[in-house]
Amino acid sequence: MRLFASARGAVGTGIRRPASGSARTNKRGAANLRKGVSMQFQDYYATLGVERTATPDQVKRAFRKLARKYHPDVSKEPDAEAHFKEVAEAYKALKDPERRAAYDQAGRGYSKGQAFDPPPDWGSGFAYSGRGDAAGDGSEFSDFFSSLFGRGNAAHANGHARGEPFGGHAAQGTDRHARIVIDLEDAYRGANRTISLRVPAIDAQGRAAVHEKQLAVNIPRGVRSGQHLRLAGQGSPGSGGLPAGDLYLEIALNPHARFRVDGADVYLDLPVAPWEAALGATIAAPTPEGPVQLTIPPASAPGRKLRLRGRGLPGTSAGAAPGDMYALLAVGMPPPHTDAEKAAYADMARAFPHYAPRGAPEA
Amino acid sequence: MAQITGYIVDAVVVEGDTTFTLPALCRACGLDSRQLMALVAEGVLDPAGRTPQDWLFGGQSLRTALTAQRLMQDLDMDLSGVAMVLDLLGEIASLRSQLSRSCLR
Repeated sequence: MRLFASARGAVGTGIRRPASGSARTNKRGAANLRKGVSMQFQDYYATLGVERTATPDQVKRAFRKLARKYHPDVSKEPDAEAHFKEVAEAYKALKDPERRAAYDQAGRGYSKGQAFDPPPDWGSGFAYSGRGDAAGDGSEFSDFFSSLFGRGNAAHANGHARGEPFGGHAAQGTDRHARIVIDLEDAYRGANRTISLRVPAIDAQGRAAVHEKQLAVNIPRGVRSGQHLRLAGQGSPGSGGLPAGDLYLEIALNPHARFRVDGADVYLDLPVAPWEAALGATIAAPTPEGPVQLTIPPASAPGRKLRLRGRGLPGTSAGAAPGDMYALLAVGMPPPHTDAEKAAYADMARAFPHYAPRGAPEA
Repeated sequence: MAQITGYIVDAVVVEGDTTFTLPALCRACGLDSRQLMALVAEGVLDPAGRTPQDWLFGGQSLRTALTAQRLMQDLDMDLSGVAMVLDLLGEIASLRSQLSRSCLR
């Protein structure tokens, strides 16, 4: 299970035409759903940029194009993940003819962002599986989608559904996935984060329910962007006496205003005055662990890379070498305003008669 | 919704010393063994061990396998397409890291 997900049928859930015998159950389900529901209407056609009259092929083409543009693994668009989620949800709603018909019927007269009140006949034309609400968290999809099509439809949407705890057979629990964003300073020190999980559980009567579980996670120091933490046994519960799955957390680092991170190494652009670069100096250089004294050697050219050995991200295991930190010198040029300042540059020009910044002039 | 109060759990960095057998990597990434074997055949994953029963995948295989799984599922890509995208993503990552290593301002 992961934060963004697209269509993959969930076990025992989905939209079905109401069988004659189950109509009452369906209506009751709809009534429960309407109670206290307040949500925004999602214009799935606008999300995909297609007309309401678009053919299934046009819907598919529009989805494919947007999916490539916003897929979080390949996209560098801002908010790619959120965009991809919207696009995947819209496609999941529109690619299935029955679901699309249900959406068209429910959404008549609404526009994007408008508060959506389910109509009185909500649920009469289509039905949700009774197990839907409990099969998983469904958090990947909007409330609008979940209430229209059932949460179970939204959950287990990523093909990790083997080991479905409600499938009635013995199976090890599924592994779950989530992403956690930390600051660079947290990666240096290690951090303690509380995460909220929505987990399915079965009560004494054998009914399924969704619980919210708080988990305090010790994030070890030295973790890098793109690495994964495994929390053993914190995935979906198993069934038939088999163990629960694991929970994997993908680490992402918040971009830092000052430092750039490359694996375990950390880079800093360090502005220096021309005389500091020319004559050498000892200055205070910032590091994620606080300032350190850094010696600039004389005659340092702009872009010179000074290594602060072992001041990169610490190693994650005992004995693992820490990364290094590099300060890249950026030599500033103070603009001359006063006569004395201008005279200083003139003196410098006289002192460097052979300095040819563009090389020897062409003959 | 019922609340279950929490407890502290220790996390293991997968990219450290963790290894995966074929069934364990299947469970973790959501691909089946046939798909993972095909990724090995494409050279995308490189487990130690001679037969699939003996295979041990390094911790960094998880990220590759997860990306492959998402590309296949979300974009309907086939294996050779996935292999090529993963190569290109690797190249982009190395260009980005070159950028971080040079002075930008």
